[in-house]
Amino acid sequence: MLYPKTGMLALSYASHQRLLHFPLNRWLATVAGVLIVSLPLYGGDYIMGALAIPLLALSLAAIGLNILTGYAGQLSLGTSAFMAVGAFAAYNFNLRLPGLPFVASMFLGGVAAALVGLLFGLPSLRLRGFYLAVSTLAAQFFVQWTLTNFPWFSNNNSSGVISAPKLSLLGFDLSSTAGRYEMSLATVAGLTYAAIRLARGQAGRSWIAVRDMEIAAAVIGVPVFRTKLAAFALSSFYCGVAGVLFAFAYLGTVEPAGFNLERSFQVLFMIIIGGLGSIRGAFFGTALMLIFPLLLSRFADAALGGTLDPGQQENIQKILFGALIIVFLIAEPLGLASLWKSFELRLYRWPFRS
Amino acid sequence: MSLRVLLATTALAAAYAFASPAAQADEQYFPLQSYRVGPYAADGTGFFGGFIDYMNLINTRDGGVSGVKLTWSECETEYAVERGVECYERLKTQGKPGPAAWNPLSVGIAYAMIDKIAVDKVPLITINHGRTDSTDGTVFPYVFPLVLNPWSEASAMTNYIARRDGGLDKLKGKEIVVLYHGSPYGKETIPIFALLSQKYGFNVTEIEVSHPGNEQQSQWLQIRRIKPEWIILRGWGVMTPVAIKTAQKTGFPADHIIGNIWSNSEEDVTPASDAAKGYLSITTHPAGTEFPVLQAILKVVYGAHQGNMRDEKRVGSVIYNLGVVNGILNVEAVRIAQDKFGHRALNGEEVAWGFDHLQLDDNAIAKLGASGLVEPINVTCSDHEGGGSIKIQQWDGTKWNVLTDWIAADRALLRPLIEKSAASYAKEKAITPRVCS
Repeated sequence: MLYPKTGMLALSYASHQRLLHFPLNRWLATVAGVLIVSLPLYGGDYIMGALAIPLLALSLAAIGLNILTGYAGQLSLGTSAFMAVGAFAAYNFNLRLPGLPFVASMFLGGVAAALVGLLFGLPSLRLRGFYLAVSTLAAQFFVQWTLTNFPWFSNNNSSGVISAPKLSLLGFDLSSTAGRYEMSLATVAGLTYAAIRLARGQAGRSWIAVRDMEIAAAVIGVPVFRTKLAAFALSSFYCGVAGVLFAFAYLGTVEPAGFNLERSFQVLFMIIIGGLGSIRGAFFGTALMLIFPLLLSRFADAALGGTLDPGQQENIQKILFGALIIVFLIAEPLGLASLWKSFELRLYRWPFRS
Repeated sequence: MSLRVLLATTALAAAYAFASPAAQADEQYFPLQSYRVGPYAADGTGFFGGFIDYMNLINTRDGGVSGVKLTWSECETEYAVERGVECYERLKTQGKPGPAAWNPLSVGIAYAMIDKIAVDKVPLITINHGRTDSTDGTVFPYVFPLVLNPWSEASAMTNYIARRDGGLDKLKGKEIVVLYHGSPYGKETIPIFALLSQKYGFNVTEIEVSHPGNEQQSQWLQIRRIKPEWIILRGWGVMTPVAIKTAQKTGFPADHIIGNIWSNSEEDVTPASDAAKGYLSITTHPAGTEFPVLQAILKVVYGAHQGNMRDEKRVGSVIYNLGVVNGILNVEAVRIAQDKFGHRALNGEEVAWGFDHLQLDDNAIAKLGASGLVEPINVTCSDHEGGGSIKIQQWDGTKWNVLTDWIAADRALLRPLIEKSAASYAKEKAITPRVCS
């Protein structure tokens, strides 16, 4: 009995709403938290700079899309457009308002993305499903076109590439890999916590009601239009902040073409594989989509070590990765989050079997 | 059950993959962020193939550079910036005493690396491409847009058009279209063409083709309306043959399209077959295998079946030869640095010193067996380009024929602009330019 259920009664609202009910889980979470925060002490530059930071940034984008698609049921292909708005807005706030702390520019970048998201969320009043997805495609092309055709957005740089400003907070220099990692971690942790709270609260219930049946939701008094727009704005805010992190904490540079349609699809696949309507699924999906190909490629390098033509080796990795995704989805069509859930249930029942 | 096995295998694979073996001592390590799949695979395989074959030649024939063997490993980027950054993080700790120089062959990836390599103090080589203002070595001590930077390219191409039409004063009122690849590489010359058009009084229309460039109907419709006299094609990968074919459909003569330095290889024209006959392009390094160094590669490397190109016929193509040229410049920089610091494996900063003093005259180039292949180069502490001249070649349906001698860029015009741009970068990043005496 790892998880004794006796005496687990919630006697107050506060205890009812806590994130982790089981004391053991709280212990595990604390240990994991300490390990994650202290990663700079034992993880190298590669683990932090090439794996953890993009993982955090794209997970945040996946959470954003999950709010919109997984919870509120509005299919969107504009994710990377909103990321681009966030990145470019943050860059311009930082550039044009000297003295503004980077955290504030990041927040304002998110707000700018939210406003654009609000605008492109308007068609959701009349369009549903795939038709809505097509209308969000407009965001993708419109944003890229705007950023390419008005050099003002990239401070008239001839290549249209913006390069990251120096990252700092309250006088601390955060431009080292560890600094960028901790900054991303703090941002993502805070926003994830907020997302969980929202998803479990009234907002989340409204989203799910709208997703499951719009008419029924309207009948029981959920303001459908406002709920959809709020989901669009919030989702775009998350994507915008994710764009800032991806551009400034990971790449250190960004060009409009870097936020193309492929990235939108990538994030969509992340939440499908991770599990729609699950915050935790966003992390699982991102980890699979991002880390797994890298593991494959490093494994192939180590195992084959130049015996195969590198181009062929790359193609074989792609085939393998595709096959593995199919296997995962056959094993658990509802995504990795659901796999985790059944694993959890087993643990709760242990040593009994269901 | 199967899933559990899968997860266990994954974990094992992960553990294995991260424990990669360390390189041996006294080897000069070159990390290669190559691309062999995706829309730019034809260029990636050619360039990195030539580079690797040349390093192989040095190892096999000469036993390395003064006894120091060259090693390398590849990491696939697919020309995508985030994969390039991952590769950079992956490869930067390999080799002892660290990487000699980075050669990503992508402007986007190079831009992302500029801040990082300044911290690591390892040179970043962007031969014939890159960020133009990095030519100013006082602000960018570790970035080298060797041979021909993008602005020099634009200026030299304009000079060629002027020569064809009878002088720079004849450019007035002419219509010129620049068709460029929608990437940082393609956009790099937008302001300089605008400036040249103002200076010489021709009308320039710059039209973007979005990545990867296999759809160009609307662009050519616009070109048809403009009726330009010349088209400057700044293509890359699949974009170039598509442009040449669409030009034929639109009725635009191929001999009035001038391809830039990245639209000038056999891989760019053969897919367009007949449409490419008469197509012009610039080059800094002619095609062909008649150069002694290419002959040596064929004999020593391919003779022993150690060649990197799967299709041996591609040896001697323009993009392959650029890879060889790049190999020569990298190796010679190491050699020059070795003469100062000693005949051992050098760190990035020492190799950067070598690039800073990379001066090869006709004599030195002849000794390398590369007469006519490599343009004389004169890199200094403040000038990281060191060349700036082009030749024009024409495709006759089966091979490239060089039409002209060296045509120089107006570097006196460009230098103040480069310095101004570099100075504003230095200000933005709070860099104190080094003093070049």
